Amino acid sequence: MAQFIQVLLSGLATGSIYAMAAVGFTLIWQAAKTVNFAQGEFVMLPAFFVLIAHHALHLPFWLSLAVGLAAAVFVLGYLFKRLIVEPMLPVTGLPLIISTMALAIVLKESVKEFYGAEAQPFPELFPQDTIPVLDAVVSVQDLLNLAVSLSVVTALTLFLNRTRTGRCMQATAQNPDVAEILGVNTRRMVLYTFLINAALAALASFLISPVYLAKFSNGETLGLIAFIAAIVGGFNQIRGALVGGLLIGVLDNLTATYVTAEYRAALPLVLLILIIMVRPQGLVGTSEGRAV
Amino acid sequence: MNAPAMNALPPVLTVRNLSKSFGAIRAVRDVSFDVRRGEILGLIGPNGSGKSTLFNCILGQLAPDGGAVAVNGRPISGSRASTLNKLGVGRTFQQLSVFPDMTVLDNIIVAGQEHHGSMLSRLFGPPDAGLTEEAERLIEFFRLGHLAHEKAGSLSYGQQKLLDAAMAFMAGPGLVLLDEPAGGVNLTMLGSLKERLLTYNAEHGTTFVVIEHNMEFVMSLCSRIIVLAEGAIIAEGSPEEIRADQRVIDAYLGG
Amino acid sequence: MRRYRTPLLLALGLAALIVAPIGQGNYIVYTLCSWLIFSIAATGLNLTLGYAGQISLAQASFMAIGAYITALMTLNGVHWLLAMPCSMLACFAVGLALGFPALRVQGHFLAFVTLAFNTLVFLVLRNEDWLTGGVYGLVGMERPGFGLFDTSKQLHFYYFTVAVFAVALAGMWWIVRSPWGRAFKALRENPIRAESLGVDTRRLTLLAFAIGSAYGGLAGALVAPLVQFIEPGSFALVHSLRLLLMVVVGGAGFFFGPVLGAAVVILLPEVLRFTEGYYLILYAGSVIVLMVFCPTGLIGVYGRLRQRLFPQRVVRGDMATGPQL
Repeated sequence: MAQFIQVLLSGLATGSIYAMAAVGFTLIWQAAKTVNFAQGEFVMLPAFFVLIAHHALHLPFWLSLAVGLAAAVFVLGYLFKRLIVEPMLPVTGLPLIISTMALAIVLKESVKEFYGAEAQPFPELFPQDTIPVLDAVVSVQDLLNLAVSLSVVTALTLFLNRTRTGRCMQATAQNPDVAEILGVNTRRMVLYTFLINAALAALASFLISPVYLAKFSNGETLGLIAFIAAIVGGFNQIRGALVGGLLIGVLDNLTATYVTAEYRAALPLVLLILIIMVRPQGLVGTSEGRAV
Repeated sequence: MNAPAMNALPPVLTVRNLSKSFGAIRAVRDVSFDVRRGEILGLIGPNGSGKSTLFNCILGQLAPDGGAVAVNGRPISGSRASTLNKLGVGRTFQQLSVFPDMTVLDNIIVAGQEHHGSMLSRLFGPPDAGLTEEAERLIEFFRLGHLAHEKAGSLSYGQQKLLDAAMAFMAGPGLVLLDEPAGGVNLTMLGSLKERLLTYNAEHGTTFVVIEHNMEFVMSLCSRIIVLAEGAIIAEGSPEEIRADQRVIDAYLGG
Repeated sequence: MRRYRTPLLLALGLAALIVAPIGQGNYIVYTLCSWLIFSIAATGLNLTLGYAGQISLAQASFMAIGAYITALMTLNGVHWLLAMPCSMLACFAVGLALGFPALRVQGHFLAFVTLAFNTLVFLVLRNEDWLTGGVYGLVGMERPGFGLFDTSKQLHFYYFTVAVFAVALAGMWWIVRSPWGRAFKALRENPIRAESLGVDTRRLTLLAFAIGSAYGGLAGALVAPLVQFIEPGSFALVHSLRLLLMVVVGGAGFFFGPVLGAAVVILLPEVLRFTEGYYLILYAGSVIVLMVFCPTGLIGVYGRLRQRLFPQRVVRGDMATGPQL
């Protein structure tokens, strides 16, 4: 029982980080109808910005984090939108999807070539103590990770629903033409979406890198899990990404502990195929009307 | 007036108690009507009257909240567009909807090929599915013959509208729903379009249901008209009757 | 004269293929075989992507299925001519099974399902070593013999590959020229209109995916005897991405696009080899640039260049005769 609680909590913690990546992914899909195949690399990269600031520029850690966040928001938010997404928006989705795949390769290989192929240790944000919960021994880091991720997603949801800008963003996502007519600056709203995604990815990066180390290849698994979490939860809802992320985090941990280690990576994949077959709108999603 | 009204035969299309709401807005309220074989029925109404919603419910693009639609007695609510087409229902589109990179001839052939033979016969049979002659006849009927080998995207707007109609007719449907056929078409072309539709109806006895804003077009094309306002039918009758109907005048002018 | 243009070009192309390896070293002939094999897989993917408009990220795993089935059968004494259709059939069936649920709903679901599938196949190939040899793979497949024609020598195997390539492309040509091809084009240009004309878009898309996957299986069936050693890493997700690149870079929806794209994708790393580690970055970077400036691929670039340099004033039919109607 004790082990179960540990595994559960640990899974929730990791899952909440996946959820942040999945939420960003969903946002971009809704706002720009873009499937960002580089989302995993978006989560991999900011950690390296921080490491460069900290080790090469010798900035104090907290400042490095801020620099990393700013760099991520600028490069993965603004530049991504301006240089890659915008020129391709008039054409239908395929060239953009290919470009994000190619971007993933560029980011991954650039880190490998210019920084290094070995896994880099990333300083912890939170104390490494453990506290007893019932019979179990739970890491503080896990609890804080969970708390931070959930707060961020909650704050984001509140922002989108309760503030004027947030509602304008939602309007733009649902019906850009009507939003434009009603006076919403749709271009800026879409830009905000990309900036928010970059910030979410950066936060996810900072939380997960202490645990898994910063490595150029992290993006592959993270990206895949982000997509799957978004789809399993429900592609057209932020809530869905949250549910999907937590679910996968927990199930992944449970599988690895109690079932099989070899096929651990297969779980999210099987889950994906199952959901698409049984309930394509996702666990929390609403079906958007008939297909053609 | 135009097509012989064959009242003895069962109606081609029956709509019973159709309702559709979007949240608090009741777009279509308990609408029922029949479409008789061979007639040209016009569906008109001011903006927001629910014509398009009704149309889309009939065509399966929207799922109605209540009521039923049947074609030749067969319920069709919720059917896929391709199923509907195989049942003998054709339609034209409000927005341009030809295949721009294919030739006019190919556009028409593809409209007919799915009704000939099976998937396998289409794979192993001749490239034109044996439909070139029939397609050419239809192209001639719509006076697009000289454009048969042009890319459909290079045609003028009016010509594309004619092509759209030709595509809808190629499979020989018993019922065709025309979605604002007159939209954006210039006056000369409009006359030809109307004349071609009337001729086709006279020659083949195909039933038409036309949604339209252009009053003059509807009045001179249709044998019977139904008027919708705020989701419900407010009048039904011949063009003369409708023109004189006070309720219709009120609905369009005031309220 | 125009009527003879296409057959003439085809004959020239075939002649070029026949003449190309003469006098070249084994490595070049091997690379040419590789190019032809990947062209077959990319042509299949083009049907799914360029004609039916669906993204498949599993083409490499279909090559894997084809390769492993062929390898296992030929290692057990079955002739390649029997193993190959089994591979294709298996891939066709798997394609149907995979595509059926994924294509029921609109959206990019097939992309994700194939992404997951490719990874799953890789895991199975790596873990089930009793069947697949695990990480060490399968080794020692013999090259097929056809009576007097023995393909053990690289040059002979090359001509064998050319023959299969020609047949495969002829088959695809037949499909594209048939009413199916017309339906595919309609599906690509205006799926809503196509559906309203009776085109069963779901069935057609599913078939395109299944056939495309079968072509992947055929390519895999050729990989096994070519390399005579297969392991799971050769069929990982990154290779599905490479195949996707081949189709898009060459020009999705154009018949010879994948052949051109395969040439570029296979040859470019050789050319960029001097840049060592950076070649992937340059490569992926050029893809992004290509997508931004010419989303229709290289054949699209060719078309646009031709318009620029040799503008053809095309007079529409009715302009010549004057306004009608």
